[in-house]
Amino acid sequence: MDTVVDILLLAFLAICAISILRLRDLFAMTMMFGLFSLISAGLFTTMDAPDVAFTEAAVGAGISTILILATLAQTSRREQATPARSKLVPLAVVWVTGAVLIYGTADLPAFGDPEAPVHNHVGPHYIQESGKEIGIPNVVASVLASYRGYDTLGEVVVVFAAVVGVMSLLGLRRRPPGLRPARGKPDPNDVLKVIATMVVPVILLFALYVQFHGEYSPGGGFQAGVIFAAAIILYALVFGLDKARQVIPPKVLNRLPAVGVLIYGGVGVVTLLLGGNFLEYYALAEDAKTAQHMGILFIEIGVGVTVASVMLLIYFIFSERGRGKRPDEENSDGDGDGDGDGEGAVSRDAGGTA
Amino acid sequence: MSFFEHYNYHLAIVLAMIGLYTMISRTNLVKKVAGLNIFQVSVFILFISLGVIEDGTVPILSPDHEVYSNPLPHVLILTAIVVGVATTAVALALVVRIREAYGTVEEDRVHEQDDAL
Amino acid sequence: MPLLIDLLSWALILVGGAFGVIGGIGLLRLPEFFSRIHAASITDSMCAPCIIAGLMLQSGLTLVTVKLAFLVVFLFLTSPTASHALAKAALHGGMDPGRTRRLDGEAEG
Repeated sequence: MDTVVDILLLAFLAICAISILRLRDLFAMTMMFGLFSLISAGLFTTMDAPDVAFTEAAVGAGISTILILATLAQTSRREQATPARSKLVPLAVVWVTGAVLIYGTADLPAFGDPEAPVHNHVGPHYIQESGKEIGIPNVVASVLASYRGYDTLGEVVVVFAAVVGVMSLLGLRRRPPGLRPARGKPDPNDVLKVIATMVVPVILLFALYVQFHGEYSPGGGFQAGVIFAAAIILYALVFGLDKARQVIPPKVLNRLPAVGVLIYGGVGVVTLLLGGNFLEYYALAEDAKTAQHMGILFIEIGVGVTVASVMLLIYFIFSERGRGKRPDEENSDGDGDGDGDGEGAVSRDAGGTA
Repeated sequence: MSFFEHYNYHLAIVLAMIGLYTMISRTNLVKKVAGLNIFQVSVFILFISLGVIEDGTVPILSPDHEVYSNPLPHVLILTAIVVGVATTAVALALVVRIREAYGTVEEDRVHEQDDAL
Repeated sequence: MPLLIDLLSWALILVGGAFGVIGGIGLLRLPEFFSRIHAASITDSMCAPCIIAGLMLQSGLTLVTVKLAFLVVFLFLTSPTASHALAKAALHGGMDPGRTRRLDGEAEG
């Protein structure tokens, strides 16, 4: 039965991927892209990886889709037809590569084989020792935060580097040109505003739950950070960018990614000062398990702060860059108000609805 | 080489090839970024398939189960997903800048404008 | 008694699946954009809650049931809102519900 579900989901994924390939309308392609991420999250769940599924759904179907939409609002909506460009060379390359790879997988162990080499080294060690040495049920969290803490430090720094890159590419223009003042009176009974007011606090609470319960159930700093950012992005989509910017003032928000990395590295420096190695949590307290719990708690907070502020900052930078553009013949988002942030119907006030 | 032992890997490779084809044959830069993401997700599927153990369960310790799936691929793929979204964000920022500099996001026109200089 | 619960949850899950299929067929076959939104929202309002109710019966009186109940409440809040946002965006983008448009773009009076 598992086989059937797996094959069905993979078939759906292939259909989604082919439609992403062939769709000319890039808005439709973005929706299929979000669907692709969501189905792959389902596939990860059936393969016993709920942490990965959680992250893929939040990041792929949430943040990546929003970023592509924000980019499309500033570029064109339709893909131009490829001119007389031969499709034979790419097809040949793809077929040859695919055939070679499939030939290469002949030596891989069978799917689900318990005797596979990957299950014979550190995998069983983590599962058996994690309960005794660290004492939290979620083995993925303990491996991520304690056994492989250096990797996670590198990952947090990569996220930080991404926001530095996006800021230096797009974010240094202080005042977007041609900024238009808000028009019309906001309608307090607007359905979207009412529902958003009810739902955003729940999402923020859920983000905090995922952050701190990540040791007992699938979750952790990354997923919590993304969900937190998604709540504020929802607020920005419904109530407008200016009001959302006031939630966390730009001066604070610009510095938060660095604060998160600082917390993470700071834990390492504190353990150094207390006599252990870098990120050796045993130096933090007398009892081994308490020390591990403290170390994991602090670095997960650092991870959550960095990821939340980075995702939010990237969204704000993309949206502000798109403000104040004049619609030209290639930008066919139908908005007509030069706003260019692409979410015209949702972020406008009720005075603008048809 | 039995299909039913390796079907996950083969289908993941098919997905990867669709993503690769999107990247190299389409000229629109946003579509190339989407193809890159398809490729990344298919690699994740391949990796997670390596960690599955038959009759195993989610790697969260509980008194009811004995056999757990290998947690190590999960950890590596978690990192990979986040790095993937960081890459996508920077790539899309570059696409926006290219659009502002050249007026188009089609690769052919960008090359034409560069050659005409 | 367990047999009754099993039968009931089977029935609910199958009914939910049937609603999902009906919603999908409607999405493809209905003539016009705004009626297709209605077909899509059937999936959100009937298919998912029926399946979740079947799952709730299966898991009895545990924490899982409470979480599933929260899920249903959240779905009921957000999916009609999503349909509303879709319809509002379509109106704003210039689609007129008074004229039907077939899938191939031909307009009928």
